[in-house]
Amino acid sequence: MVEMTRADAVREIAAGYAAQRGPLLPVLHAVQDRFGAIERGDLVAVADVLNLSIADVHGVMTFFHDFRAAPPPTHVVAICRGEACQSVGAERLMADVRADLQEASDVEVHEVFCLGNCALGPSGTVDGRLFGHLTASRVGASLPGRSS
Amino acid sequence: MTRFFVPGDAAAVSVGADEVAAALTGQPGVEVVRTGSRGMLWLEPLVEVATADGRVGFANVTPGQVGALLADAASVYSRQPIASAGPAPEAGHPAYLGPLDEHPWMTRQARLTTARLGVIDPADPDDYARHGGWIGLRRALGMAPEAVVEEVVASGLRGRGGAGFPAGVKWRTVAGGPGPLKFVTINADEGDSGTFADRMLMEGDPFALIEGMAITAWAVGASEGYVFIRSEYPHAIATMRRAIETARTGGWLGPDVLGSGLAFDVEVRVGAGAYICGEETSMLSTIEGRRGEVRAKPPIPALSGLFGRPTVVNNVLTVAAVPSILADGPEAYAAHGVDRSRGTQVFQLAGNVARGGLVEVDFGITLRDLVEGFGGGTRSGRPVRAVQVGGPLGAYVPADRLDVPLAYEAMADAGFMLGHGGVVVFDDTVDMGRMARFAMEFCAKESCGKCTPCRIGSQRGVETIDRLVAGGTESDRRANLALLQDLCTTMERGSLCAMGGLTPMPVRSALTYFPEDFGLSADGEPR
Repeated sequence: MVEMTRADAVREIAAGYAAQRGPLLPVLHAVQDRFGAIERGDLVAVADVLNLSIADVHGVMTFFHDFRAAPPPTHVVAICRGEACQSVGAERLMADVRADLQEASDVEVHEVFCLGNCALGPSGTVDGRLFGHLTASRVGASLPGRSS
Repeated sequence: MTRFFVPGDAAAVSVGADEVAAALTGQPGVEVVRTGSRGMLWLEPLVEVATADGRVGFANVTPGQVGALLADAASVYSRQPIASAGPAPEAGHPAYLGPLDEHPWMTRQARLTTARLGVIDPADPDDYARHGGWIGLRRALGMAPEAVVEEVVASGLRGRGGAGFPAGVKWRTVAGGPGPLKFVTINADEGDSGTFADRMLMEGDPFALIEGMAITAWAVGASEGYVFIRSEYPHAIATMRRAIETARTGGWLGPDVLGSGLAFDVEVRVGAGAYICGEETSMLSTIEGRRGEVRAKPPIPALSGLFGRPTVVNNVLTVAAVPSILADGPEAYAAHGVDRSRGTQVFQLAGNVARGGLVEVDFGITLRDLVEGFGGGTRSGRPVRAVQVGGPLGAYVPADRLDVPLAYEAMADAGFMLGHGGVVVFDDTVDMGRMARFAMEFCAKESCGKCTPCRIGSQRGVETIDRLVAGGTESDRRANLALLQDLCTTMERGSLCAMGGLTPMPVRSALTYFPEDFGLSADGEPR
């Protein structure tokens, strides 16, 4: 058996959605779900299969915050900075979490605007898991191998 | 077997509902049903137990309290005194709430659209049917499509996404639009901070949205539907996808809906972290696979929407209200509400509030009743200083203006905006200069970039507010204030959509009602 290259795999993903109306976003999601990022070569393959220009695919990919050109580190922490979470201390939480994790090269901390958990803020996610009433110590405790 | 109902709603899960469900599962004689949430979010995880006398609730249950919960449930069963009743539950016991249907927080509500939330199993279409589901669809399919449209017009239902456009009138336009291919699209890109009702409905009662979409499709002659859900809502995405699959199997969707000849199917499309996709033309561009840039109107989506075809774009709550309108008649729905705001609004109490959650009541309730009566004031216990209504583009209402009635026209007349019904409470520690700056910062980060007032204006807004708050000479501050007001006017009048057009609303309301936070005197002059 010949091993499938990444480009082949991306082409297969794209082909699976090609019959849908407006397949590009579902394809980009599927590629990122599979590989953690959408790299330059992926764009080329997707554009070819969907008969779009590379510029079009690149333009769409870079418009949306979710899509990334490089895979995330091992852990991703997202802290909500929406108004509702700010009213219960989200800015302070964000500063504390960033301070706690500034040395941690395997953790990415980023802001998000609203996780739909606005009555139980501050809210955030750790590796995709949603937390309400979030504290900096809870973030630390939820990251494996850290107890700060 | 004793049935325990544990919410699977994302908010409940965020404070430990999954762990409680896991601790209950496998206990002898226990059956666990995962429901949505009743919306009493400050009590989550809120576990209900089925008894011969109906369901009773226990608040803020932790996994460690499961043994005590089982003992208390047994006491309820045998009508014995309950260890955790009363204002101070015994150590280790969760607080006993009694029947939630008799709880004052619930009895004051008019739950039409959200009646089944937290009650039914969202994965079970038969449970949905036992609680009034599919009646509206069956009735609609027995009527002429035009008659269905006119019933929705007669109900007075207006779009719940924020703009408040009459839903039936929009449907009439789509029904009369050109060509055989039409779409029903649901805007579930609920990106406004302080709003979560769309999410809760999709997670707790997904068949209501599906039924509403099928009725919409019949009314306007559409064959394909899309539910556009933001990627921040993985629970809602999973629940909707599963429900759509179930509805296909059960014949509520597919080539011949309930044997009526209606061919209609639905697909979930997932956003990718862009707030602007909640704007309808941006959402349509995104579904089409293009950058989520706003389009100029006209043409309106009702005539030239998704892929250039006549398209219904409605909010989750708008379409989820339709089954009950068809089932109970438009008069019953229109009997609720005030003036031209008919029916109920699903308010979302959020932020620094003691009893946050979902409150469905008639239009016309005052903001004070919502914040103080339902919400119980701030969570911090400090005085309320400001309440932002209608999301990040809504005004900050000061504490002395809370008697404004919550209805589309009454709010607009007062210079505020009802929006999607999100209500975010702030206590007296809030810095309104910072909140005004954040409104501009948010717009700068989330602008689609299509039009200049929004793309550039918001960035200049951040900088101007920074300079204004920093102080300087009186003439500096006068100049910066004039510049900020000018900038707001330019954004309001020159932006293509509500993002740039309404970002000045929180900024101006902060300047008007909280001038001291910008270093201005009470009459808005530099001091």
